[in-house]
Amino acid sequence: MNELRQELKEKIIEQLNLEEFTVADIADDDVLFGDGLGLDSIDALELIVMLDKDYGIQLTDPKEGKEIFKSVAVLADYITERRAK
Amino acid sequence: MKNVYLHSAVSISAQNTFDSDGFLEDIISVSGSTVPAKYPNYRDYISSSASRRMATGVKMGVSAATKALQRAQLGQPDAIITGTGMGCIEDTEKFLNTIIDNNEEFLTPTSFIQSTHNTVGAQIALGLKCKAYNNTYVHAAVSFESALMDAQLVLQQEEARHVLVGGVDELGSEIITHMRHMEDANANGIQVPFGEGASFFVVSSEAKSNAIQLVDMAVCSTVSENTIQQKLNDFLIKNEIQASAIDVLISGRNGDAFDSYYNNVSTELENATELHYKHLIGEFYTASSFGLWTAYEILNRQDIPKDLIYKGEEKSEIKYILLYNQFKGRDHSFILLKR
Repeated sequence: MNELRQELKEKIIEQLNLEEFTVADIADDDVLFGDGLGLDSIDALELIVMLDKDYGIQLTDPKEGKEIFKSVAVLADYITERRAK
Repeated sequence: MKNVYLHSAVSISAQNTFDSDGFLEDIISVSGSTVPAKYPNYRDYISSSASRRMATGVKMGVSAATKALQRAQLGQPDAIITGTGMGCIEDTEKFLNTIIDNNEEFLTPTSFIQSTHNTVGAQIALGLKCKAYNNTYVHAAVSFESALMDAQLVLQQEEARHVLVGGVDELGSEIITHMRHMEDANANGIQVPFGEGASFFVVSSEAKSNAIQLVDMAVCSTVSENTIQQKLNDFLIKNEIQASAIDVLISGRNGDAFDSYYNNVSTELENATELHYKHLIGEFYTASSFGLWTAYEILNRQDIPKDLIYKGEEKSEIKYILLYNQFKGRDHSFILLKR
């Protein structure tokens, strides 16, 4: 689980081009959107693509994203339960 | 009709043109296949949250535009008009490669959104919260000239008083490599590196003391080597100016076989000092916007950096400058400035 959380932090930084962040700057429970990491709706689309491409998880209900992308810890739990890759 | 004046000019290029108050004093020698621009410290002009999605051309464009507005002491322009030959080619290449690599699935949105040619003009407007007229011209080597002509028209017709206009192109990595190979396979091909840059200007219908006036400009898609002199003479007659009155000709020479056009134009302007600039910044579709920047600086400073001189001696007083550019015998443009 820790490895997955580390991997997700690296992917979030790389794919969303968060130039000012390192893995150490992102805590497992940090809020990703809004006041937390400051991600927005375009980032959500990028994360949905990442879930599909890297883990074989397709989000069919956009409302799910709000809960799934709450933090790295929540996202890692969700992936662990459903991953196809 | 209203006159058109240049109130500010800012350029990001392969030379120290953005952060330096000097005028091409410490020339950087450029060679090789491609030459990148000297990038400014973008953090001074763009927030980190905004810049993380911006490719090179967008960052250069937003930074140059911001500084041009600052220098003209203008908060909100009445129009934002940009020209670009290749647009946001970095993100275009990234987006298209992603399509191929992922078998047309999993298309990430950011590079697609940012790949459109009007991204620079749009990001400038978003940063300024400016809802005024916003247009982008993608007309190969007259992209910038088309933008400038649009600015000229809206000012002359009093649809705007102050217009932000600029030209921007970024190198990218793949298409430029293929273009370079094509040039290198031709002994008469382009003899300067391919380059990139962004030059922005505030043009206005309001006169200031010692303002640089954009007297007129003209663009033409195709002209033969034999008729380019007639085109020039027609342009000068239209503006009621003798060829002998042109003090400086700024040509877009790049060393290829089509430099013969410049030779023919230069022959008509025997009194003019001929300058060139693409050996300093490289060739790209909106390189002529750098030429306009040099013209603005020369008229303001009444000084010509020696590295710009192609032929002739510097005059004691410089009043009229004519810019002439073409690419591969197509997309010809004349721009006439007066101080």
